[in-house]
Amino acid sequence: MSDPNITREREPIFSAKILKLLKNPFNLENPITVQVLGICSALAVTVQLKPAIVMALSVTIVTAFSNLIISALRNTIPSRIRIIVQLAVVAALVIIVDQLLKAFVYDVSKKLSVFVGLIITNCILMGRLEAFAMGNKPWPSFVDGIGNGLGYGLILVIVAFVRELLGSGKIFGIPVIPRIFYQWGYMDNGLMILPPMALITIGIIIWVQRSRTRELQE
Amino acid sequence: MKALRNYLDKIKPHFREGGKFEKLHSTFDAFETFLFVPDKTTVKGSHIRDAIDMKRTMSVVIVAMLPALFFGIWNTGYQHFLSTGQQAGFWQIIGYGLQKVIPIVAVSYIAGLGVEFVFAQIRKHEVNEGYLVSGMLIPLVMPVDIPLWMVAVASIFAVIIGKEVFGGTGMNVFNPALLARAFIFFAYPAKITGDTIWIGGLSKGQGVVDGFSGATPLSKAAAGAIEQIPSLHDLFFGFIPGSIGETSKLAILIGALILIITGIGSWRIMLSGLLGGISISLIFNAFAANSYMTLSPLTQMLMGSFLFGMVYMATDPVTAAQTNRGKWIYGFLAGFFAIMIRVFNPAYPEGTMLAILLMNAFAPLIDHFVVEANIRKRLKRSATVVKS
Repeated sequence: MSDPNITREREPIFSAKILKLLKNPFNLENPITVQVLGICSALAVTVQLKPAIVMALSVTIVTAFSNLIISALRNTIPSRIRIIVQLAVVAALVIIVDQLLKAFVYDVSKKLSVFVGLIITNCILMGRLEAFAMGNKPWPSFVDGIGNGLGYGLILVIVAFVRELLGSGKIFGIPVIPRIFYQWGYMDNGLMILPPMALITIGIIIWVQRSRTRELQE
Repeated sequence: MKALRNYLDKIKPHFREGGKFEKLHSTFDAFETFLFVPDKTTVKGSHIRDAIDMKRTMSVVIVAMLPALFFGIWNTGYQHFLSTGQQAGFWQIIGYGLQKVIPIVAVSYIAGLGVEFVFAQIRKHEVNEGYLVSGMLIPLVMPVDIPLWMVAVASIFAVIIGKEVFGGTGMNVFNPALLARAFIFFAYPAKITGDTIWIGGLSKGQGVVDGFSGATPLSKAAAGAIEQIPSLHDLFFGFIPGSIGETSKLAILIGALILIITGIGSWRIMLSGLLGGISISLIFNAFAANSYMTLSPLTQMLMGSFLFGMVYMATDPVTAAQTNRGKWIYGFLAGFFAIMIRVFNPAYPEGTMLAILLMNAFAPLIDHFVVEANIRKRLKRSATVVKS
């Protein structure tokens, strides 16, 4: 803080570095498919698109603001109690988000049930706080939070789209598979509603991503 | 034969590297080795037994399944005409059976092999023979009235998720045919459970004779109506409704004999599976808390797919335990859980499929402990030798 060299070098708000923070979580550092974090909620809330999108937004908001707050506090937090401080910040944000959901989208909030509360224990959050916010300035931390939240959300939306379409023949609760198909004998896939199929869907996404991206191949 | 060989030799260069149809080389190879014994034998993987190659191994298993398939075709027709109360001659029965069963077999092979061929082209290896067996097992574990597109979807799922993601034939954790059945079981339960789907035409609401019920012996037992279970004679010879290949225990025993004599199926797994099933039945008999538990071990063995699973599914050399002692444990637990699930859980009338899939998951663990125990035993022995 007191070092004059650092304060004088002003980066543009959207420098290449910042944009990379926003872009990387979508592919090379995706929280779900590459870091394999937050799997539990990804399996639980992806039966339908609407709850998945609300969940994705909630996680994005909580990640972004907790990153921002912890990053701002990073030099004053004693390292021995940093986890509990991080948890307190995250918990406060999650409660705010939970109350907002209950007030404005009650039905979705009921569907998400305990999983909004469980954002507190989401590994993505703790991972970002520990790995990024504790060592970076507030603005990059905030962008990193948004990027990771959206990277998580992207996978959630893909999985939820597949599961809602094949599992109940709907998109956003609107039936999209023509009636005539059902008359011909088409049936909705009951396995898609069950969590194992969500895991398999995520597995297939990882498979496709790895075979397309050379950097991820081991 | 000679002309065919000559023709193949003539077109072979086109499929070699640099040839016209280089991209289709694995397709060509698959057909060539299917028609003629190749000059190569299998050199690695779990299918090595002796000098025969994997395709011959698979062919023997197919032969072992033929009795069950033929009886299944006959029984499909027999049950259909029994339900409608019509008199039908032998050929009429066979005709109806063929018309119901052959499309299922064809769809299973076309869908599954299609995926195998695509992956063989992409990954530039030869088409794996493993599906020849799975493709025959899948129809045998299906009810006759299963919609064909479901067979196709399940076969594709089984090959991709069950086999290709693990690296192809010989690498799979779960038996692909069972995975296909489990997929339909959980995805489209209405088409694979219940009392009407086991007999051709019954679920479409055809007229039935008075008092006829399509319920399988298992569903009668689960409903507590054990006095309605067909006689042991009927259960053994297979004049009962059920999945296509599972009904005749005689045909399955012939298949088991073929597998054991050729050394391709493990007699240890079959025997220990039987022992496992008998012991849990005896335990149930001792408690006899409900009518299902009082059934004799023999009835339990002859009902449902127990024997079919133990003979054709549990003995799959890839997904079963590899060590001899491991095979005893694996088979015993598979039989044990099969009967246990069947009796305890009313939602699952048959437990064989789930029990074998469960044991598939545990097979590597069992092997690990068997090997570890052996190492410890030998270390101890060598320690005493050194001391003395």
